[in-house]
Amino acid sequence: MAQLTLKNLGKSFDATDVIRDLSLDVADGELVCLLGPSGSGKSTVLRMVGGFETPNRGAILIDGEDVTRVPPEKRPTGMVFQSHALWSHMSVAGNVAFGLKLRGLPKTQIREKVGEALALVGLEGYGERRVWQLSGGQQQRVAIARALVLEPKILLLDEPFASLDQHLRERLREELRDIQRRLGITTLFVTHGQDEALALADRIVVLRGGEIEQVASPDRMYRAPQTRFVAGFIGSMNFLPCDMRGGVSDHPLFAVRATVPDGPVELAIRPEALTLLPARGTGARVHRVTDYGTHLLVDVDLPDGGRLKAMCPPSARYEPGQEVALEAGHVALFRGDAKLAEVTVERRVAVHV
Amino acid sequence: MTAIDPSTLSAEVPVHRTKRPDWLGLALALALGIVVVIPLLVVAIWAFAEVWRYPSLLPQEFGFRFWQATLARPDVWAAMSLSLRLSVTVTLLSALICLPAAYAFARMDFPGRNLLFLSFLASHAFPKFGLLVAIAGIFLNLGLISTFWGVVLIQLVGTLMMMIWIPVAAFQNVDRAMEEAARDAGAGPIRVFWSVSLPQAAPTIFAAVLLSFVGTFYETEGAWLIGAPEIRTMPVLMITYINNQIVVQYGAVLSVLLWVPSFIALMFTRRLVGSGSFAKGFGV
Repeated sequence: MAQLTLKNLGKSFDATDVIRDLSLDVADGELVCLLGPSGSGKSTVLRMVGGFETPNRGAILIDGEDVTRVPPEKRPTGMVFQSHALWSHMSVAGNVAFGLKLRGLPKTQIREKVGEALALVGLEGYGERRVWQLSGGQQQRVAIARALVLEPKILLLDEPFASLDQHLRERLREELRDIQRRLGITTLFVTHGQDEALALADRIVVLRGGEIEQVASPDRMYRAPQTRFVAGFIGSMNFLPCDMRGGVSDHPLFAVRATVPDGPVELAIRPEALTLLPARGTGARVHRVTDYGTHLLVDVDLPDGGRLKAMCPPSARYEPGQEVALEAGHVALFRGDAKLAEVTVERRVAVHV
Repeated sequence: MTAIDPSTLSAEVPVHRTKRPDWLGLALALALGIVVVIPLLVVAIWAFAEVWRYPSLLPQEFGFRFWQATLARPDVWAAMSLSLRLSVTVTLLSALICLPAAYAFARMDFPGRNLLFLSFLASHAFPKFGLLVAIAGIFLNLGLISTFWGVVLIQLVGTLMMMIWIPVAAFQNVDRAMEEAARDAGAGPIRVFWSVSLPQAAPTIFAAVLLSFVGTFYETEGAWLIGAPEIRTMPVLMITYINNQIVVQYGAVLSVLLWVPSFIALMFTRRLVGSGSFAKGFGV
């Protein structure tokens, strides 16, 4: 259906660069998540694509056509806002029909299309209700129907589920994913929730300070982060500072072998890559055990004063104060912001008889 | 594992009264009520009194004699109709001028915006009578003195602040995303104003329109200074009555008559605004 290209986009507000130099291709039917902390410029990118901000530099192309200077009402984009932004003085059907009326469609066709759009988001028969009679989740569904009914080439979503509670957010996320797949609509989704990005996206774009930090599939983004920022931002990560000497890290608990020039590094280890074993003389002690039902998260105090988190099966039993040994299955080495190496350690299977 | 045994539950669960009457608030409301209501009540009683001699608390004789006398005068009806025509004209013109301007102040960024915005306050920042006298001098040269449109112009100035400041706040309270969503759906800027911004701000704007209607209806100094002697509005007529007649009742009857539009306006405002839009309009 449609392809979106951002070419060397740049945007400044009051001489401050919000977006520096951003280029991105979104393929036909692809769902791309823009992920980043607040102030990373992700919403600005979305608003530029929607036509609500004009970039200072660069170009936006939809299907190869330059729309950089086209006002929002003439762009083939449909936007869903965080605050749902439904018009409270109109009925649900009135909200969905507004854009169709502007296009001068005959009444019967409008009614038909509104019905279809409401059915698509599971709100059949809600057309006559007032907007404020709906729950938060239903309101956001109406907003999605309102954007989709105009059959935009690009669907834009600006943190649409941020104001909903956890359960509803997950359900709407799945529904949105199904609808997007079924329609095959090219979608740009802004979020600051990494779980949302991991669950929804074909590709994730991590933004930081107005620049792209990494573009990757959710799988690669989580398992092979290219920068220290991404490693720390997606999921939880233990960072252990130490020095490399002669190809071995000098950390008292983790002697990692890697062909890396000597100097300071940080070992990055996911909690699920750590294995705990009861032991004596290691100096590492359990600080706290948190039971999440599906797994335990064990905080371990290290002898050098650091603390790290390890994930354990729910059957494991650890007491605060207990001395433990740690094994890391997968370690990434960072120096500054750059990744130097990744090391997968063969597990030494400890059999206690 | 351990189910709660009902017998161990104490029968006496402490109950706390969480709501207490606010005596200070009540006292303040009463004090304010007395100050506001008593003078109104006295005027209202005077309007229906035929004989009321000191020191009696109530009139000796009630009756409609002065109502008949007042309503029989053609100048009262002429003034009433003139006042209504004036107020409607001024309010409509004011809305036509001020609402788009208010939207511009609320949503657009142009050079001199703040200065212009404050200038609307300026007409209320200086002693009004001095300003009126100066304007009267200009109007005299323009031949606007003692004409309908001269009074319209002078009263228009009085409504500007109300019709700018309240709608500006009302427009600023409209969620920007709603307007953007309308743009996104294909509406141009004017259509967005007409279909989204105006209906969203409507309750507060309606209140502003009613207030300026009532304000214009009661406006006296401008109408008197510019309109005299040809243009005699209700309040001007009332002043003449009070100044020229020893009988209090004529003024009282006219005063009670003058309450009618403001009473209707108040009822409308209460029904339409209700939920604190007034406060929102003033930016509280």
